[in-house]
Amino acid sequence: MSAPIVITDETGTGGTSNAGDTGPVWAGDVPGGVRWALRDSWNEATRHLRAMPRNPELLIFATLQPIMFVVLFRYVFGGSIEIPGMSYTQYLMPGIFAQTVVFGSAFTGVGLAEDLQKGFIDRLRSLPISQSAVLIGRTVSDALRNLITFSVMLAVAFIIGFRFEGGLLRGLAATALLLVFSYAFSWIQALIGLSVRSVEAANSAGFIWMFPLTFVSSAFVDPTQMAPWVRTLAEHNPFTLVTDAARALYNGQDPRGAVWQSLLWALGIVVVFATLTVRRFTSAASR
Amino acid sequence: MTAVVHAEGLIKRFGETEALRGLDLSLERGTVLGVLGPNGAGKTTAVRILTTLLRPDGGRAFIDGIDVAAEPQRVRARIGLTGQYAAVDERLTARENLVLIGRFFRLPGRQAKVRAAELLAEFDLADDADRPVKGFSGGMRRRLDIAMSLVARPKVLFLDEPTTGLDPRSRLGMWELIEGLAAEGTTTLLTTQYLEEADRLADRMVVIDQGRVIAEGTSDQLKSRMGGDRVTITLGVEGDAESVIAALAAHRHGSVAPVREGRELTVGVRAGVTTPDLVRDLDAAGVAVHDLVLHRPTLDDVFLNLTGHGAEPAA
Ligand SMILES: Nc1ncnc2c1ncn2[C@@H]1O[C@H](COP(=O)(O)OP(=O)(O)OP(=O)(O)O)[C@@H](O)[C@H]1O
Ligand SMILES: [Mg+2]
Repeated sequence: MSAPIVITDETGTGGTSNAGDTGPVWAGDVPGGVRWALRDSWNEATRHLRAMPRNPELLIFATLQPIMFVVLFRYVFGGSIEIPGMSYTQYLMPGIFAQTVVFGSAFTGVGLAEDLQKGFIDRLRSLPISQSAVLIGRTVSDALRNLITFSVMLAVAFIIGFRFEGGLLRGLAATALLLVFSYAFSWIQALIGLSVRSVEAANSAGFIWMFPLTFVSSAFVDPTQMAPWVRTLAEHNPFTLVTDAARALYNGQDPRGAVWQSLLWALGIVVVFATLTVRRFTSAASR
Repeated sequence: MTAVVHAEGLIKRFGETEALRGLDLSLERGTVLGVLGPNGAGKTTAVRILTTLLRPDGGRAFIDGIDVAAEPQRVRARIGLTGQYAAVDERLTARENLVLIGRFFRLPGRQAKVRAAELLAEFDLADDADRPVKGFSGGMRRRLDIAMSLVARPKVLFLDEPTTGLDPRSRLGMWELIEGLAAEGTTTLLTTQYLEEADRLADRMVVIDQGRVIAEGTSDQLKSRMGGDRVTITLGVEGDAESVIAALAAHRHGSVAPVREGRELTVGVRAGVTTPDLVRDLDAAGVAVHDLVLHRPTLDDVFLNLTGHGAEPAA
């Protein structure tokens, strides 16, 4: 195979010579700054968004699992779970939504671990782009993926009789709150994904702690029904907080401080974990 | 500073491991430097430092006169890196991979597309441009990988073991491709474990072992230090080693003593001697031999000669 030199006039740049001397030199300083950092982030996000429809299994499994939980809780345990002042469907679905999007955040860690293992992170780090764009692009594209999963879940919820009892606006606010919370969790997963040595490890390390986190909470049953020490854990779980906030909004009840407290948690998680992750990315990603 | 790549006294430790112990390198514009060394010699570590992926514990490195540690972003704007493992996004098509890199180098959208099309044609990927990379062979991935490193026409291209893991046919294709780039004047730093590869592709080579340069020069300079080529002769039944050695006196290379194992005799000869030369002289002296094989020194021979130990990583 040879490397022919193709002349194209269209570009106005001459031939395809790759050398700085024989061809026009392109390589040189590139602009930086916030505007370009945002462009870089969006470019990186589109890399993943483009790939999404080509790998529909990921999306299908991300929605199948919560649907399975709906069936399990609503139709298997549902009959024996009493919630005062609310149908179990209205109680359960906000919990399932919250669990779905928080589980969805695990894709961030797995995806980063994969890029790291395949050497793509090295390639990105050798480009003159904003280093945090790689992380922002990844988390943003995962948030959009979560939005798609969420829409499917909402459709399922409506089919089994779930309604926005608090009106459309509150329903949308609850949905947005859950997505914000899951975005914050992607940063925890990002740190995990960059800290473990393989994709498999990222997968296990990303999921394992989310089972206790989401089950020892108010998502599926009322914590007052739990054994005392579990109840204490459940009541202090930030996941309970965000579930309660979303549930109150969906059902037209007063969330009291839960919305603001959940947002503060989300903000705190982003600040702490984004800092740690960016630091990890720029130094230790190299191995 | 005229060198495109210049490194002085690079030191890098990983815990107890001293990956680099004062490495010096220099690469002139428009030339190809081969960095030759066995597993664990520190080749990848050196490339990672030069491409801003790793900070050295000591020493300094410059790309095009820019300090790698002080201004990594300016260095990144001037280099292309093809790492040891093909770094392509398998979910995207070849074209999408190339356009993405163009965008990252801030090429306007249309220009990024035109450049991608040029590279696809140049790297023989035009027919597969719009297929996801997932289905590509190892050789195709490597070609795409290198094309991605050239999108912005870098001042220097780093190739870390570009042919490791390729089958012989793809390896040959890769060599032709790298030769094509060199002919265009692409300044290239290439690491390899194969002497044959460095010999064919590089203008100059440095041999590194345990994080240090142990020899450097052009291929011919190194070969003469290594005692040139070798010829292994299978003697006839009546074979007389002495007369064979005498018959080859004109081609002998002094520094390697002849070795005889059973009927096989290995003699060091000047680099560049051809089989017909040897046959003619043996014939003229009336010495009958059974068989004769001329071979170039291998990386193992180089190491044996330079360090007294083989190319196996020191345990
Ligand atoms: N991230 C790391 N952590 C610990 N040790 C490392 C790390 N990277 C490299 N090393 C060690 O540093 C030494 C040099 O490694 P390097 O990868 O640079 O060698 P190499 O010449 O590229 O080898 P190969 O031909 O196998 O690719 C080896 O002993 C290796 O084990
Ligand atoms: Mg290596």
